[in-house]
Order: sequence, then C-alpha cells, then structure tokens
Amino acid sequence: MAARPTAKRSPRRDDGGEHPSGDPRFKLIDRTLKRFQYQQDALIEVLHTAQEAFGFLEEDLLIYVARQLKLPLSWVYGVATFYHFFSLKPQGEHTCIVCMGTACYVKRAAEIVASLQAEFGVEPGQTTPDGKLSVATARCLGSCGLAPVIVVDGEVLGRETPETTLSRLKALLDTSQPEPMAG
Amino acid sequence: MNRADLENMAQREQERQQGFRCRLLCCASTPCLSSGGTAVADALQDEIARRELNAEVQVVSTGCMGPCSRGPVVTVQRQGEPDLLYENVTPDAARRIVQQHVQGGEPVQEHLLPLDIPFFTKQHKVVLSNSGLIDPERLEDYVARGGYSALAFALREMTPEEVCAEIIRSGLRGRGGAGYPTGLKWDLVRKAPGARKFVVANGDEGDPGAYMDRTLMESDPHRVLEGMAIAGYAVGAEQGYIYVRGEYPIAAKRLERAIRAAERRGLLGSRILDSNFNFRIDVRIGAGAFVCGEETALMASIMGRRGQPVPRPPYPAQRGLWGMPTLINNVETLGNVAPIITHGADWFAGIGTEKSKGTKIFALAGKVATTGLIEVPMGITLREIVFDIGGGIPDGGTFKAAQTGGPSGGCIPAQFLDTPVDYESLRALGSIMGSGGLIVMDDRSCMVDVAKFFMEFCMDESCGKCVPCRVGTVEMYELLRRITDGSATPADLATLEELCVMVQETSLCGLGQSAPNPVLSTLRYFRDEYEAHIRERRCPAGVCSLDQVPVLEWPDRLHAQALAGNGSISGEVN
Repeated sequence: MAARPTAKRSPRRDDGGEHPSGDPRFKLIDRTLKRFQYQQDALIEVLHTAQEAFGFLEEDLLIYVARQLKLPLSWVYGVATFYHFFSLKPQGEHTCIVCMGTACYVKRAAEIVASLQAEFGVEPGQTTPDGKLSVATARCLGSCGLAPVIVVDGEVLGRETPETTLSRLKALLDTSQPEPMAG
Repeated sequence: MNRADLENMAQREQERQQGFRCRLLCCASTPCLSSGGTAVADALQDEIARRELNAEVQVVSTGCMGPCSRGPVVTVQRQGEPDLLYENVTPDAARRIVQQHVQGGEPVQEHLLPLDIPFFTKQHKVVLSNSGLIDPERLEDYVARGGYSALAFALREMTPEEVCAEIIRSGLRGRGGAGYPTGLKWDLVRKAPGARKFVVANGDEGDPGAYMDRTLMESDPHRVLEGMAIAGYAVGAEQGYIYVRGEYPIAAKRLERAIRAAERRGLLGSRILDSNFNFRIDVRIGAGAFVCGEETALMASIMGRRGQPVPRPPYPAQRGLWGMPTLINNVETLGNVAPIITHGADWFAGIGTEKSKGTKIFALAGKVATTGLIEVPMGITLREIVFDIGGGIPDGGTFKAAQTGGPSGGCIPAQFLDTPVDYESLRALGSIMGSGGLIVMDDRSCMVDVAKFFMEFCMDESCGKCVPCRVGTVEMYELLRRITDGSATPADLATLEELCVMVQETSLCGLGQSAPNPVLSTLRYFRDEYEAHIRERRCPAGVCSLDQVPVLEWPDRLHAQALAGNGSISGEVN
C-alpha cells in the first residue's frame, strides 16, 4: 500500500522549499512537511496546517500537498473530503456554528438553526451570497452544561435562544459593514 | 531525573504552595471559560495586584471542578481552613471575594456553593482526583500531588508481567464503552510477537453529549501521559500516540505542552527516570469523523488515511498500526492506571460492584438542575445520579428517560431508575455504559424525535464502506422522518424494526452495529409514542409538527379509518 511508512526521505532540494507563487503561506506548509520528514502518514497534519493558513483547501493546495508527499491526488482528495473538518469551499467573513449535540438538541438548538435559515437564507454548511456569514452545525462541542451552545467567530456562547443569536449576529454583521471588504 | 529527584521536586513544589497564605483556583476549562471565566481570572489578578497581595496570594488556572452549569467557579484555599467554592462568579464578585474573603476572612455568602450537597458528597474521585486542584500547564503541580511516582514505582519495582497482572487483578474495564477487561488486553499485546509495538490513547470522543475525555485531557494531561507510559512499559512499546478530536484544540495544546515538559525532565523520552525504558508520545489531531473512535478506523486515521474500519480479527493487539501489535485504550481508562499502581489493585477492586470495578465519569446534561461532570462509583443507581447529584428535573417537569452511550446507546425509562449503573445492568436494559454521556429527558422530549436525531447522526457519520450501514441508516432515518412528520404507515414501523435487526447484524464495525440501538430501545419502552404518531397522528410530547399526510397505497375507505385512528388497520392491510 502506498501509505506504509517508508524510510525517512531526504527533503527535496530542487525548489528550495519555496513555492513558485511566492505566497508566504506555503512556507507554513513546508515547515510541517519538513517536521514530519515528508512521511506520507502525516497527510492529515499537513492538511490541518494548510487549512489553518489558507482558510480552506482549494484544489491547487491539494495538488501541492499531493506532489510533496508523493501521493496520488485522488488519495489526498479522498482524505480531505472524508473528514468534516476540512472545507473545500471558502468560508465567510464571520462564522456561526450551532452545536447539535444531544443536550443542545434536547434544549431546542434546531430552532436556532431554523431562525438563522429564515433570517439569512442559508442552510447549515452554506455561506451567505455576500460572503459575510457562514453557518454550520457541529456534532458536539462538549459544553453540554451550557446548552444550547453556539460558536461565533471562535467564541463559545452558551444558553442561547433564537432571539439572542439573531440579535448578536445582526450586531456583528452591522459593525463589520463600514469596513472595506478584504480581498 | 531519577526517583529521588522526583521526590525532591514534589517537596519543593509543596513548600512553594504552602508559602502562599491563600490560593485562588479558577476553573479554566471550556464551559467555565465560555461563561466568562477569563474575565473573572483577570479581575482576581487585578484586585490582588491592586492590594499588593501578590506575595501571599496565588491565582491558579485549573481544570474542571464539576458543576459546569454553575460556572464560572472559583475555589478559595486558605491556610488552615477548609476549601470554599464559589459559583456564578462575576468580575464584580471576584473583586469582593478578594476584598472580603481573602483579606477580611469573611466568605461572600451569596455566591457560596456548599460542598456538603449530594452533588459533591455522592461522588468518588479517582480519575479526576487532581482535576480542579492543579494547574494543568505546570508539571510541578502534578508532581506535587504524587504524579509520576506510579511510573517510577513500576519501572523500578515491577516487571512488565507484574504490571499486567496488577491491572488484571484490579478488574479495570475499558471505559470507552464495550468494557473489555483492560489487563487482559495489555497482556495480549505484551505476549504478541512484533519488532515494534505501539500504545494509542483514544481521545476521539465523538458521542454528542459526552465530554469526560476532553475534561481529563484538559485538566490533568500528565495523568493520561503517565498512564500511557506505564502501559508502554507493560506491553513493551516505545512509541505512543494520543489521538485528540479536532474539536478540542485546548486539550491538544495542553497535551503538547505537557509532553514537552515531561520530556525536558526525563519523564518521557529516552531512559525514563534513569531506567532502560524509552517512550515517546506524539499527539495526533483528528479531523472530525465519529467513526474514528472505532479502533481500526482510528488507526487508519493515525496513519494518515481515510478513517475507515477494517474487519476484525486480526485484532489491533495482534496487527495494529503498520501491522504491529497495538494497544488501544480510552483516555479515561488510562487515567485509572496510575492510581491503581500507586494504591494497589485491591484498593481499586474495593470500589464499585462485583463485575464493574472502580468509578465512572459521567457528563450529566439535559433536563437536570445541575449539569456537569461527575465521577461516581460503579453500582450507584440512576435515581441517585439524576435526583441527588443532578438535583432533579427543573421547571416542574417529570423524569421520562435517561439516554446513555450516545448514538450507540439507548434510553432508560423511569421504571428502571433504581437499577445500579454498571456494564451488565445497562446492557440488560438495552443501553450501554458508552463513554459516559448521560442526557436526562423530561416529558417534553419526544422519543421518536430523539431516535431520529441519533439516526441522522449515524447516517451523516457512516464512513460508507459497508452497505448495511451506508444504506440502512439512510433508510431508517427516512422512516423515522416520516413517522415524525406524520406521513408514515403501520407498515413503515414493521420495516423499521426489520431494518434495525439487519443493520445490527450485518454491519462491519461498531458504528453500524450499534446505530439501531436508540431506535430499538425507544421502541422497547416507548412504543406507544411511535403508535401515537402513526395511528393517531399526534405527538404526545408536542415536539413533532406532523404536517404531512400519509401517502397510502390502499383504498380511501381504509385511509379514512387510519386517520380516524382505528387500530384494526394494520391487520387488514397486511
């Protein structure tokens, strides 16, 4: 099998670890590749780094990782699509994750999702057309004591209701309006 | 570092801690942080700095203290006085605690959480004995409470055979769910021939509603590492992996830090504690797949592949990571190892019931007054957990069921509240211990809806490798959806039951084999709710909207009867 651990590979020198595009974010990926000595079983770790650096895994990135680890692209694509954590689509400026664990579900987290859907017209896993807000659901964030729980831009918020979530998100989107759109 | 150095370190740290007149322990685990714990810790620090108490008062960020719904919580330890615990601490209250209690000696009554309530007195902390009392990011704190002395003892005084024998004698069983005897597993790996062996700690806690493993990794990471090192010594492994769920970044960060700290002091790495034993641990971060909690899928994921299970046997004990014998234990199981070596197998076997020894951590959540993390001796009744420790059902609701074991488990109805909680009793009720999620439901929860929720989870999380699981879960979800939206017929219920058995018996791995459990257990105890949905088109709990009309393949006359709730329909159609 292709993914058996092979003997330590010597890091390749032909491109000096520099990505032709000159994008400095590739350096982060190269660092992880070197740390794992280009071993093929480090694929998930490398994809984690790549997603952290770029926000999502675009096709070029998958090709780059596949080349570096000498894995078929189909293999890398297969792994990237298998795990929920990896996203092949760009994320919105702000993210709102609604926990749908059992405790949150019993305390009606589904109503929060429905209200988001009604207000912003996005299903879980989608981004609003203007790229402002991505809505997602999570399996369980392990803060069951505070159910229902949402995560807005990395901040965990407990004991939410549809109303508090909506007003929070509206405030967030309003404040970000005057700033010029990045990129 | 050798054993004497370890003892010196412990003593120095104890003396340092006693040098403080007062210690303020702030909970810094995820639930308390998300209810404002950071601001509380900052307020305490500011107030102490303002009053120039830095030399005599210490603020420590600790792991979980238990009552998560009462967070943020702060423990005050004053020299020569019993500890006091504060609940719902605000930055304002924090300043008053410093002023009134720390300086004045007079506790702030309105935030005080008494420590003699059943929530605390009914618990028995073995695995969580350090949790909430030490700073998880400082090795010295752990060592001061006797950390790594079990490893030192095992390396010096015991052979690997003796370590395995001790674990077997203790009666410790796997805390991940199935409850396989841990010592036997260790002995199998020890005896298995292989050039290299591996130890894997399974910290991929995918069960919704369970967070014991995360708390243990966050609150006491060295406890897990010490357990892994002892396991490595016992089975002859030199490499360990700890697989942490991607959703737990704090746990992963603290583990990484703990590994580096232990390596620097020679407690991990080469020639541990001046012995001939080498053991390295690497953290592997999962990427969000429930199936990776299954041991063969977890190994695939560690090797950088899609987390798809493979048929067993061969078991990982014979052929695991890269074909080598591999020991896979749950994080909580490994958390029990150091206390067993320190206090002996007989002490451990004295806790719990005849077949289920020791304690179990539960994440108590759902419709109970006090939710949080509890560690109770095996054999405690469900009633004690829900009504004494959890404080009963809030808002005047009545207890309907307790869901244990997540999507692989089942619901236990009210008539079994006095059943002792152990592996066998729960299995007899059609549920499992599981990793320890315990969700309490009251009369406003619809059991069909709950079953649908778990089935949706399994459908999403099925890895897709085997057909019974991939197709079966989708079909079962579709049937449950139709029951909850009112478009199901009695024939659908029969199909659902058939599918349950088929998926259970023919799936490849634990995910598919246990996916029907929530349906089967709710059918067993709450069949009337399913029937009410189908025949009477009403949801007894008032959760489901039932706005769809059944599409019937029978004459209008029967259709009308079905809508009227005539019980004789199924006979005529079948």
